[in-house]
Amino acid sequence: MAKEKLKFAFYWAASCGGCEIAVLDIDEKILDVIAIADIVFWPVAMDIKYKDVEAFPDKYIDVCFFNGAIRTEEQEYMAKLLRKKSKVLVAFGSCAYQGGIPGLANVANKKEVFERAYLQSPSTNNPNSVTPKTSFKVPEGELKLPEFFDTVKTLDQTVDVDYYLPGCPPASDQVAKAVEAVAKNELPPKGSVLAPEKSVCDECPRKKEEKKISKIHRVYEIVPDPEKCLLEQGIICMGPATRGGCGALCIKANMPCTGCGGPCSNEVEQGAAMISALSSILGVDEEKNPDYDAEKLIAQIQDILGTFYKYSLPASLLRRKVIKE
Amino acid sequence: MKTITIEPITRLEGHGKISIFLNEEGNVENAYFQVPELRGFERFCEGRKAEDLPIITPRICGVCPVAHHYASTKALDAAFNVEPPSAAKKLRELMYSGYIIYDHILHFYFLGAPDFVVGPDAPPAERNILGVIKKVGLDIAKEVIKHRAYGQKMTAILGGKATHPSCGLPGGISKGLTEEERQEIEKMAESSVEFAKFSLKLFDDVVLKNKKYVDMILSDPYTLKTYYMGLVDQNNKVNFYDGKVRVVDPQGKEFVKFTPSEYLDVIEERVEDWTYVKLTYLKKVGWKGLVDGSASGVYRVGPLGRLNASEGMATPLAQQEYERMYETLGGKPVHSTLAFHWARLIELLYAAERAVELSIDEEITSKDLRNDVGNPGEGVGIVEAARGTLIHHYQLDEDALIKRVNLVVATTNNSSAICMSVRDAARGLIHGGEVSQGILNMVEMAFRAYDPCLACATHFAIGQMPLEVKIYDYNEKLLKVVKR
Repeated sequence: MAKEKLKFAFYWAASCGGCEIAVLDIDEKILDVIAIADIVFWPVAMDIKYKDVEAFPDKYIDVCFFNGAIRTEEQEYMAKLLRKKSKVLVAFGSCAYQGGIPGLANVANKKEVFERAYLQSPSTNNPNSVTPKTSFKVPEGELKLPEFFDTVKTLDQTVDVDYYLPGCPPASDQVAKAVEAVAKNELPPKGSVLAPEKSVCDECPRKKEEKKISKIHRVYEIVPDPEKCLLEQGIICMGPATRGGCGALCIKANMPCTGCGGPCSNEVEQGAAMISALSSILGVDEEKNPDYDAEKLIAQIQDILGTFYKYSLPASLLRRKVIKE
Repeated sequence: MKTITIEPITRLEGHGKISIFLNEEGNVENAYFQVPELRGFERFCEGRKAEDLPIITPRICGVCPVAHHYASTKALDAAFNVEPPSAAKKLRELMYSGYIIYDHILHFYFLGAPDFVVGPDAPPAERNILGVIKKVGLDIAKEVIKHRAYGQKMTAILGGKATHPSCGLPGGISKGLTEEERQEIEKMAESSVEFAKFSLKLFDDVVLKNKKYVDMILSDPYTLKTYYMGLVDQNNKVNFYDGKVRVVDPQGKEFVKFTPSEYLDVIEERVEDWTYVKLTYLKKVGWKGLVDGSASGVYRVGPLGRLNASEGMATPLAQQEYERMYETLGGKPVHSTLAFHWARLIELLYAAERAVELSIDEEITSKDLRNDVGNPGEGVGIVEAARGTLIHHYQLDEDALIKRVNLVVATTNNSSAICMSVRDAARGLIHGGEVSQGILNMVEMAFRAYDPCLACATHFAIGQMPLEVKIYDYNEKLLKVVKR
């Protein structure tokens, strides 16, 4: 008797769709996926509706790849529903794993987001200060929208997660490897991150000379030497604090790593790890200089939060900005 | 009153739902296209380093990251008052052409084609890319997969990653092309021209030779007589990367042509209580509600919007196809919403031809990639995303940190028209309470033609974050407050 096909589901929450593209970017291997698995839910590509998913028996889906952070009531509902319907739930991509770039919204709350988008935008004409409502009466009846939360959460701050696949979006060969591990029933222990242990630095082809720096440069200020480590040229590169698996693609395009792979396996959090890495090379040679001024050195780093926590604010120890009303 | 909800709407980018109200006779009283999501980029971009925005804003949309990347980079060119070297502009446009090739193939074959190739009322379990593969065969499927990948590869060679690229800098681009890479791109672009020709032929065979589909394209529920908008070059030909924005009225006459910095004179947005997406209209015509015609400021962008707003295509084969479309559908402008699919394939051909032209340009392997930036200020960048005109507007402070961001994205530009198309399709197709899944799918086809990206349309969110660190000693006595 032929082996029964696996059942896969793909879903997106607060995300950009780049993770769906990462699935398609496995190119012709997608035909192999279809050979071993039926895709039972995938809104970007298939006409299966929420009511169909609600009707699935519990644990009907073998593996659900869930991308996006949790920002609205609908996304929270779908996370809980898909958890119930799936044997294995994978947090797919930076947003589900660490909060991702939409997680930067934790510098604000719902009120501030709404004010900026609906009241203060220079192209918006809104004399009556209308903002969208979770329930609104139109002449024909009632229209509902899901609640928009104050705080962005990761998937595992919402439901129990089995595996994590980092990257914004995950590299296509990491996606293919994860699918292969599922197909061969060779998944690692629950809670594992499905990516290499090494850092982006370990994958970077540039030469490192263990040089200390005293000056930080913005990327548009200098044309860096294409052979040498960007950090040693004074450009903040998140490579030392970021999990690899991408092949250092941004660095190969002469731009610094911005940290989408999330923390390395031995780090508590990515931002702190990078601050620690930076403090071991920034201004170290000047410490004995009588004019040494640590504050001045550090003041060169603009936008600490956006630089060190670009993809990981909700998962970090900081979580969010405290806003007192 | 009975309510029918389609949730989620599918085969599009992002989240959406449709609520249809039936009256006692079972006819459609009204239908609402709602967007139930929002992320808040405008707010959280504030306080970020300006040069980070070409990295952050593509995360509005991973389907069209290159569009956001370059709208952002061009806004920074303007804000830093710097013109990139000629070679850098050509490299950006070459990368952009690769992106259009990938995105238009994605929409046509993966999202749109199931409705035509498999059938609008086919069983939902078959009405998808797998159903298309079954119908057209594995050999053609492999060509589709190959050329979609070519578009991504062309983008990745220049951008580092295709999703999400990292090469755009104010005043230029971080990486050039080696001769080897150039040859690879040339080959992929040439192959894409042939594939685009094949796709137009497929559209002819499957759609245009089928009277049922032609009648559907020309039918009232799928027709809106609106203004149209798109970026054009100095000859009023379609351009994705650069130029002025041209708007034509429902008769096809030029209504206005503007530079990026003038967008606030032309476009205005309004907020509704029942959807997270804003609705746009032409400021000078004004908001008259969800109605079409010359007196209503509703306009459309995207493939059909661009073709209607232009006077042709800048490459020879695409120009022939442009003429053929207007001859077949009864002259310019074409108001049939489903003709977006045809226009998309003509643009696919143009993007492939343009990629070939640029890949053999003698300047394309130049090492002159960056110019020095000026002082930070304010700037607007406009490009044509696959699904329409995309506007990024930034204000920078003296440290080149972001003070304010305003974004008017492609799908927001189409949001009024999408609401109307969905409502009209529901009204035209649902009678006497008879609702099958096929009919509901035909209602969904009304938005699908636009290739809406609701991830893009729900970007609004983030800003300047005052950071304050208080340092206490072990007696909890405040020693120091560090602020920025």
